[in-house]
Amino acid sequence: MRDGVGMTRETAIGLFLVAVLLAFPLVASAMGEPFYITLATRMAVLALAAVGLNVALGLGGLVSFGHAAFFGIGGYVAGILASHAFNQEPIFSTPFAFMGSDRMPVVWLFAMLVSALVALPIGAISLRTSGVYFIMITLAFAQMIYYFAMSWPAYGGEDGLSILSRNTFPGLNTANPLSLFAVCYGLLLVALLVFAVLRDSRFGAALLASRQNATRLAAVGIAPFPVRLAAFVISAAITGLAGALYADLNRFVSPSMLSWQMSGELIVLVILGGTGRLFGPVAGAMLFVMIEFVLGGITERWQFFLGLILLGVVLFARGGLVGVLAGKVRHG
Amino acid sequence: MSTALLIEQLLNGLQFGVMLFLMAAGLTLIFGVMGLINLAHGSLYMVGAFACAAVAAATGSFWLGLAASLAAAAAAGALVEIVVIRRLYERDHLDQVLATFALILIFSEGTRWLFGSFPLYLDIPSALSGAVELPGGARYPLYRLAIIGVGIVVAAGLYMLISKTRLGMRIRAGESDREMIGALGVDIRTLYTVVFALGAALAGLAGALVGALQSVQVGMGEPVLILAFVVIVIGGIGSIKGALIGAILVGLVDTLGRFLLPKLFVAFMGPSQGTTMGAAIASMLIYVVMAFILAFRPRGLFSANA
Amino acid sequence: MAEPVLSIRDLRKTFGALKATDGVSLDLRPGEIHALIGPNGAGKSTLIHQIAGSLRPDSGSIRFLGQDVGELGVAARARMGLGRSFQISSLALEFSALRNVMLAVQSRQASSFRFLKGVMRDRSLTEPAMAALERTGLAPRAHVPAAELSHGERRQLEIAIALALGPKTFLLDEPMAGMGPEGSRALTAFLDGLRQEAPILLVEHDMDAVFALADRISVLVYGRIIASGTVDEIRSHPDVRRAYLGETA
Repeated sequence: MRDGVGMTRETAIGLFLVAVLLAFPLVASAMGEPFYITLATRMAVLALAAVGLNVALGLGGLVSFGHAAFFGIGGYVAGILASHAFNQEPIFSTPFAFMGSDRMPVVWLFAMLVSALVALPIGAISLRTSGVYFIMITLAFAQMIYYFAMSWPAYGGEDGLSILSRNTFPGLNTANPLSLFAVCYGLLLVALLVFAVLRDSRFGAALLASRQNATRLAAVGIAPFPVRLAAFVISAAITGLAGALYADLNRFVSPSMLSWQMSGELIVLVILGGTGRLFGPVAGAMLFVMIEFVLGGITERWQFFLGLILLGVVLFARGGLVGVLAGKVRHG
Repeated sequence: MSTALLIEQLLNGLQFGVMLFLMAAGLTLIFGVMGLINLAHGSLYMVGAFACAAVAAATGSFWLGLAASLAAAAAAGALVEIVVIRRLYERDHLDQVLATFALILIFSEGTRWLFGSFPLYLDIPSALSGAVELPGGARYPLYRLAIIGVGIVVAAGLYMLISKTRLGMRIRAGESDREMIGALGVDIRTLYTVVFALGAALAGLAGALVGALQSVQVGMGEPVLILAFVVIVIGGIGSIKGALIGAILVGLVDTLGRFLLPKLFVAFMGPSQGTTMGAAIASMLIYVVMAFILAFRPRGLFSANA
Repeated sequence: MAEPVLSIRDLRKTFGALKATDGVSLDLRPGEIHALIGPNGAGKSTLIHQIAGSLRPDSGSIRFLGQDVGELGVAARARMGLGRSFQISSLALEFSALRNVMLAVQSRQASSFRFLKGVMRDRSLTEPAMAALERTGLAPRAHVPAAELSHGERRQLEIAIALALGPKTFLLDEPMAGMGPEGSRALTAFLDGLRQEAPILLVEHDMDAVFALADRISVLVYGRIIASGTVDEIRSHPDVRRAYLGETA
């Protein structure tokens, strides 16, 4: 079934979307419209965040309503490392002085690491439950971090934290919009590759099975809990990476990145595109940013119409954009 | 720290808990009977607050406003149930989350459209303004005591409704066995609409009551909604009793935490750092309590479907 | 007499006032098929759940391969070699038949925490899985999603998954349920040969199959084993005739 019609068509649609996402800023750049480059960068970063959520939600069926926590943590890691590097203040001085960093690769590594470390206890507690409990608990944990960020004044509290000078990438001028897009787009491609490899691996098989029938998985000797926990942590790390990029894109990070609305938007991205589909997050992010941009240009009340569109998708277009275009999922 | 101040904070916590109970009762009822997770419950809270503020402003009567809040929230609830929610009962939780998230966007932007972006203000009715003398010499606002009274009445009323009336019997039957209730010849669609409208009315009531304490504005419902989720997760989803105990627990822990923790930290860390640290920890406290309870009772304290 | 593979002693489990398992002791010896029969509601499923590890007994012990497994979860017992089939087919419905079996092969081989190699390109997974499907006659339907298999085919798939685990004991919960007479006969013949690989604890309502296959039969009524013995002993046992055979005949 792997080379069935649905599969090739889905892949073709996905590759087409990825190509469009690349062409869009190139054309915009040629026409001297840097705003559209930023729009495409936003698409790529949100798509990356959604690829992360898609590991937990799409493959594992874990409806995390708290992924903004990891998105925001990634953002704050970027902001905090950058501000310490900028001000030449160590973040801690024992056992050695750590001055922060304005190097993107270092920032990314820390963003992923911290997100994963936070996801570990959150996942371990949340995954003891299932269904609607899981949804509410992940939401509650994200709120906890949100309120902490709001009330902790060291890094701006409610007002957020500005990144005065965008973090750098060796060999590139990240202040140039097209360079920044290239960085984000490249990471998105890597994440898509990671997702595809993960999905087709033994771990992916166990994860997919845990969503379909956890009882069966346990009965063949594979305990679902560790598989789900690992997926949750991997998922958080990818979303955290996207958060670091998002902070660098906006040169600003605030508690709104940690808010429940952000968690909701991430779910929307995944479902708009097609839950569990490799290219679903790309389709979802492109569609979402387009809707936001086009509707936002027409009316101040664009979220009202976004709500109507979402409602329509849930009630009538299950499977999301990729699902509508490519048909049902087949797993070999 | 005086006893009077502590009593005042205890009452504040109780009042907060009662308000959370009004929200949580509807949520847990809707989940228990229909198996639906409703994110838009906070929007119904907001609808109640706006209806109360608008009608009170137009007529000059808080009480007419209060009646309007119940009617408007119940009507909005029934409408939403018939148009949208009804199609979601057989869907998985993910679809329910997304659809009711969409409803939040529609309600929030729709309300902004109607009322503009500026907050409305609602005055405490004159009959309930002023304060009463508490034992120990403190004075406590009468209105907040009245909210606590309303909560007690609603809790008792819900208990009577569910344990003693025909509607309550159907609700209990619906919780335990949906097919059976169909077989009993109960019109299940109407039952669901009624239950949803009832939950909505309670949320609207909470919104109206709190509207007189805070400003009435778009987005006021969601923070309360999320706390109500914490409440029903702690109490056990589907259990009214769990919602009551969870709500009081969360109300007290949150209020007393914000009051006591900064003082505690100041004692150890000095005034400036201690206040900050205490406030930051206090803002996370109920979530820590929730995590702690779930670590031992993954389905909450009084799970109805354990 | 050979050491039993599975040995249950004085198992008890109550739900409120209901004694679902009331002091059950049971052995499964190498090479045998031990059938567990009893009327509906006798507590057969509760017993199976406790053996498999999805339900914790109130008291009593379960020893498997000489080890007390009371503290182990479902997955750990399955990895030790407890191959279970479900009364109502329990499959990963989006997966093809082959991928369902591959899960069992994967579990048997080693850790599922391998993130790189694609499973469909991994012959160490596909080949043993295909072999298990061939043994149950389901190979032609290997690439059909489980959701699209017929009821009988799903029963076959359940058996194939249990086979692929290479178990030390089969725990088969009504494998014949809902199969036509022809399917039941074929499965009976198949199980007859299977006992050489590993002993079978067989819960079954189909009396023809039970009498044809069982080396020993235990009769469970109201949570208690009221009789245990060979086919002939059970057939002629007065309590059994009254309590059980009389009802279903």
